[in-house]
Amino acid sequence: MFEQYLNIFITTVFIENIALSLFLGMCTFIAISKKIDAAFGLGIAVIVVCLITVPLNNLIYNYILREDALSWAGLEGTNLEFVELISYIGVIAASVQILEMFLDKYVPALYNALGQFLPLITVNCAILGASLFMVEKDLMFGESVVYGFGAGFGWALAIVVLAGIREKLKYSDIPEGLKGLGTTFIIVGLMSFGFMSFGGISL
Amino acid sequence: MNLKRYQEVILKPLIDENPITLQILGICSALAVTNNLSVTLVMCVAVISVISFSNLFISLIRNYIPSSIRIIVQMTIIASLVIVVDELLKAYDYETSKRLSVFVGLIITNCIVMGRAEAFAMKEKPLLSFLDGLGNGIGYSIILIGVAFIRELFGAGTLFGNDVMPEWYMGNNLLLLPPSSFIIIGLFIWLIRSFKPAQLEKDDFEVSTHSTAPNLIKRDINV
Repeated sequence: MFEQYLNIFITTVFIENIALSLFLGMCTFIAISKKIDAAFGLGIAVIVVCLITVPLNNLIYNYILREDALSWAGLEGTNLEFVELISYIGVIAASVQILEMFLDKYVPALYNALGQFLPLITVNCAILGASLFMVEKDLMFGESVVYGFGAGFGWALAIVVLAGIREKLKYSDIPEGLKGLGTTFIIVGLMSFGFMSFGGISL
Repeated sequence: MNLKRYQEVILKPLIDENPITLQILGICSALAVTNNLSVTLVMCVAVISVISFSNLFISLIRNYIPSSIRIIVQMTIIASLVIVVDELLKAYDYETSKRLSVFVGLIITNCIVMGRAEAFAMKEKPLLSFLDGLGNGIGYSIILIGVAFIRELFGAGTLFGNDVMPEWYMGNNLLLLPPSSFIIIGLFIWLIRSFKPAQLEKDDFEVSTHSTAPNLIKRDINV
């Protein structure tokens, strides 16, 4: 049991890292990675939102959308999979909004730290991607909690590392045209080549 | 509204304000789907249609959307359009739909669509917004098709699945791996910025005049 959960966690963080192997959430990944502080804040926000939305979407998929899922309510032969996307994005947008209000009211310190990043997260494909991959892998509820945390954690790890490299490169003498965005792309490319070496590990 | 404005709206995003190389929008899907030209083309058509129609519809109702819930409203419109595209693909081109897997669904969170809705369609007239969507979609497609062309030609030696390279050519498998598209896009940015110096990024710091360090900006000392 525990081993299986650990297995899912390690796989999602390293072997199928959501940023560097599946390339999700790239826009914010590249745009907000100039400073470590900001990258760290965004990373934490992504972990929290992933941890909430992936299990929630798992429940929605298993008990409402899936083929014959409504049999607990006495309805047979239903298949609502075509509204999958809109329900997931609805759940994500709503939970981000609720989280924002909740933090604002009860944990103002955390709200001040994360506040500016929360709206960005709705359009972060890492979150929606995690939900879609959760469905593709056909995970149980317990597994989806671990998967959600692992996906967020992997993304956060990647963005903090990238921000660290970019801060180090700040004073380097880089060709004019490559400054900023150009080098960032190349660094991300090299990082993800590096992460491919985890691909050979079988757990 | 004069003709010039329309022209500007549709032509500017092609190179000058390209969504991928300058605005940093829509990179996510740009990478995983570019190892094959025909799949890339399908993806581009999907993105262009979603972005132009979402811009059109959002612009039509822009005066009735309360600003506090605008993100959810925009998301609903975009998600509905993506569902239409997804179902159409599944019905008429199942093979490609399987190969794109979750990336069609991820057009919803493709930041180009959301970014243009927020930055343009919420303020401008419907027709203009539609053209802005079209322009940005095409700007996105130019980069994607360029990357896919290089990756398929040099990676597999084929174009649209047909052999085009001479027989002695050995495909460079490195280019077929997804990370290579980052490096190709990085080089594209370099190319574009060498021709468009206005896009160059400034340093975050200045080399002080009293500093003994070589002046990196004027480059009068060769380091």
